[in-house]
Amino acid sequence: MLKIERLTVDMGEFSLQDIDLQVGKGDYFVVLGVSGAGKSLLLETIAGIVKPASGNIYLGDEEITHKKIQSRGIGLVYQDHALFPHLSVAENIAYPLKSRGLRRKAADQVTRDLAQRMSIQQLLHRKPGSLSGGEQQRVALARTLALNPSVLLLDEPLASLDVQMKKDIRRLLRRINQDGMTILHVTHDYEEAITLGNNVAVLNEGKIIQTGSIAEVFQHPRHAFTASFTGIKNFYSARLIPPETVAESDMTRALISPEVSFFLQDQDFQGNGFIVLSAEDIIISHSRQDSSARNNFPGTILEISPGMKGYEITVDIGVPVHAVITRSALSSLHLLEGNEIWVSFKASALRFIAV
Amino acid sequence: MKTTGLFPLILIFLGGLVLLFIISPLLGMFLKTSPNALFETSQDPEVIRSIWLTLWTSMAATLVFAIGAIPLAYLLVRKKFRLKQLVLGIINLPVVIPHSAAGIAILGFVSRNTLVGRAASLTGFDFVSTPAGIALAMAFVSLPFLINSAMDGFSGVPVRLENAGLNLGASPSRVFVTVSLPLAWRNIVTGLILMFARGMSEFGAVVIVAYHPMITPVLIFERFGAFGLTYARPVAVLFILVSLAVFIILRLLTKDKSHAKD
Repeated sequence: MLKIERLTVDMGEFSLQDIDLQVGKGDYFVVLGVSGAGKSLLLETIAGIVKPASGNIYLGDEEITHKKIQSRGIGLVYQDHALFPHLSVAENIAYPLKSRGLRRKAADQVTRDLAQRMSIQQLLHRKPGSLSGGEQQRVALARTLALNPSVLLLDEPLASLDVQMKKDIRRLLRRINQDGMTILHVTHDYEEAITLGNNVAVLNEGKIIQTGSIAEVFQHPRHAFTASFTGIKNFYSARLIPPETVAESDMTRALISPEVSFFLQDQDFQGNGFIVLSAEDIIISHSRQDSSARNNFPGTILEISPGMKGYEITVDIGVPVHAVITRSALSSLHLLEGNEIWVSFKASALRFIAV
Repeated sequence: MKTTGLFPLILIFLGGLVLLFIISPLLGMFLKTSPNALFETSQDPEVIRSIWLTLWTSMAATLVFAIGAIPLAYLLVRKKFRLKQLVLGIINLPVVIPHSAAGIAILGFVSRNTLVGRAASLTGFDFVSTPAGIALAMAFVSLPFLINSAMDGFSGVPVRLENAGLNLGASPSRVFVTVSLPLAWRNIVTGLILMFARGMSEFGAVVIVAYHPMITPVLIFERFGAFGLTYARPVAVLFILVSLAVFIILRLLTKDKSHAKD
């Protein structure tokens, strides 16, 4: 559907370099990156607002790299919505219809239909300045959908919304995608990627550093930046020591600090890198467990805080380790901050990312 | 906000002096003009003709030159090109040169023995001592007010909104008419009014290009030279009153027609 090949955009101090992306028809593709990674620039280049230095953009079989903005058929919803403040909501939605030369009656009908689909019928006569952030987002979506685009580009569509509005717009975006719209969504929030996307690309300093399904990218980050950015908290810089140099074990060991080291599955690589450990893979107990887990550490609970998946417990084992447990586990173990407990996890739960 | 101390008093005193300097001569002129003299002047066909001529030539100059000046302002804001600073300097040149010199320059450009003057004469058109020449002289000295004001307006229109218009399938000309122009409208209207006002009050350039037919500033000068202050003053007062009325009407007509910027 949308294919980007070795796209380079030079903006002087910043550039997008060799971007390769492929968004399938009906896909919900999320580009994840921190502020300043080049996400908005990427969307503006796809939309034709910014000219690339090199590379190609294809929409279906057609190359659109140098096609005029107004005839690309790609809809862009700006982060701040970019609604025309001097036009009413109805006039905003009808803008692309009138640009296409649609007659007033037909344009009014399409405007009403879109307003109904976006649940903004009651706002048609209002000016954008009097609308809430969520309402403006719906108007911006309706206006862009009126263009009947082949691909919908969304620039941080949930960034300025409160929790409830985020939920509503997320539901709306899912519905638009389920109706067959191909979406390319850029965001700095990995939760948006998880909740909305089928596929994800991680953009860092103008380069795509990983692309794949949500599961692939989040569970198997191939890059230190991806691992840290996707919210994995147990993320340590480490030095690998091969088995033969470790007297007491035949397993590879990762030195996290002078006092702390983790056992992990044998690695071909030796040297420095990062260790990633999922918080869900950590077991908390009051005493040392006789189990298959190769990593067992006594520690002190530093903090207990409610999280998205239960309770997040931070334990000091020489380095801070973050574990996630359910509410019932928390109450049955009677865990309190300051308690002495044991932390265990399997060697296979550790992932080493070489640098 | 409460202000205390000596400093605010100094500010008020100095500011008051400047205001007094502006108000005093005008107030004195109004007070020294009897209602009778004003009424008689308002019945004088020569005065009425000159006020009408001043109004319509300035209006015509403003509207005709706006057709080119507004797009020029847009280009100067949106486009980067070499020698842009030079172009901006040229636009503001009429503000800094003496207006009599501007009149000489225009006359040298459109008089009957120049290429432009001869070409105009061939089509039965003449600039020297005609309303067209007056309008030209007015436009020359007042255009910077419109261009600068329109440039301020266009600078305040976010490029993002224009790009959004293009992305929504509109042509660049449609984006200009439906997005840029309405959002810059407040400044453009201010610029149009300023240009019109500046054109109306022009004397130096006009008197060289077209002493006749007489616009009101030239008539005031002539009456002052021929008959003295007493005869020139009622014309001046009447002209000021008419100008004030026109500006109030224009302001009322354009009020709230403009839109807030994004």
